[in-house]
Amino acid sequence: MGASADVLDVRFGALADPTRRAILARLAKGEATVSDLAAPFTMSQPAITKHLKVLERAGLISRSRDAQRRPCRLRAEAIKEVAEWAEGYRQFWDESYERLDEYLDELKRKESGHGRKEQ
Amino acid sequence: MGAKSSELMITTPSEREIVMTREFNAPRHLVFEAHTSCDHMSRWWGPRKYEVVGCEIDFRPGGKWRIVHRGPDGEEYAFHGEFREIVPPERIVRTFEFEGFPGSVSVETLTLEEHDGKTTFTGKSVYKTVEERDGMLASGMSEGATETMERLAEYLEVLRAGAVG
Repeated sequence: MGASADVLDVRFGALADPTRRAILARLAKGEATVSDLAAPFTMSQPAITKHLKVLERAGLISRSRDAQRRPCRLRAEAIKEVAEWAEGYRQFWDESYERLDEYLDELKRKESGHGRKEQ
Repeated sequence: MGAKSSELMITTPSEREIVMTREFNAPRHLVFEAHTSCDHMSRWWGPRKYEVVGCEIDFRPGGKWRIVHRGPDGEEYAFHGEFREIVPPERIVRTFEFEGFPGSVSVETLTLEEHDGKTTFTGKSVYKTVEERDGMLASGMSEGATETMERLAEYLEVLRAGAVG
């Protein structure tokens, strides 16, 4: 498991674009053709195709070679590697902020106990 | 707690940024205050199993900060930086460096917005290079990431959030 730094660079680069993230989110629900994917955007099919090429090069999606409509699908494995990569970061802050929630409750109690402080 | 709005959202809106968004059920002056001193920070900084064992915070523009915490394995991790801008109770700009990944300094802008007694927190980290950002995502903060598809599902939620935002 785990991907090399180079591969991750390409993957994060591919993810750093809102249209491409939207395409991935759509593909998370199931495979789709270029015209399916272009539908929600005010973007031409060639423009979508360009984004698909970036995602394909990053290994985040695959496209079948045979069928004429060449449906795209998510490469779950690649997404998983990126997810694992980001997981440690998320965990650190998620847990910190859960603790902050509890601490803020304590501060709120203290504050109401001693009357309101200045804003 | 556990409400959907309190979920931490992490997005990567550009190659050198990480943006975290979360709601807190407290007025923003308290959320702000919780960031201003060691007494406060040592109560919530880091994952639960980590204990803050060192802290210095000189909370003023140009002032330095450093926090050290210790994991269950006895290993210590330190973070430090400098305050660049302080606008109570709405904004803190500080630099952030994880000492396990030296030289990779990010600039963090913490923004607090209050609505109906709740506070929306946005933390934007900007790294000098894509490599540094990805290094931070992969750094020693990681607590042995597991391989479950559940995590994948969560990440797809992040992607979806990114697609909306």
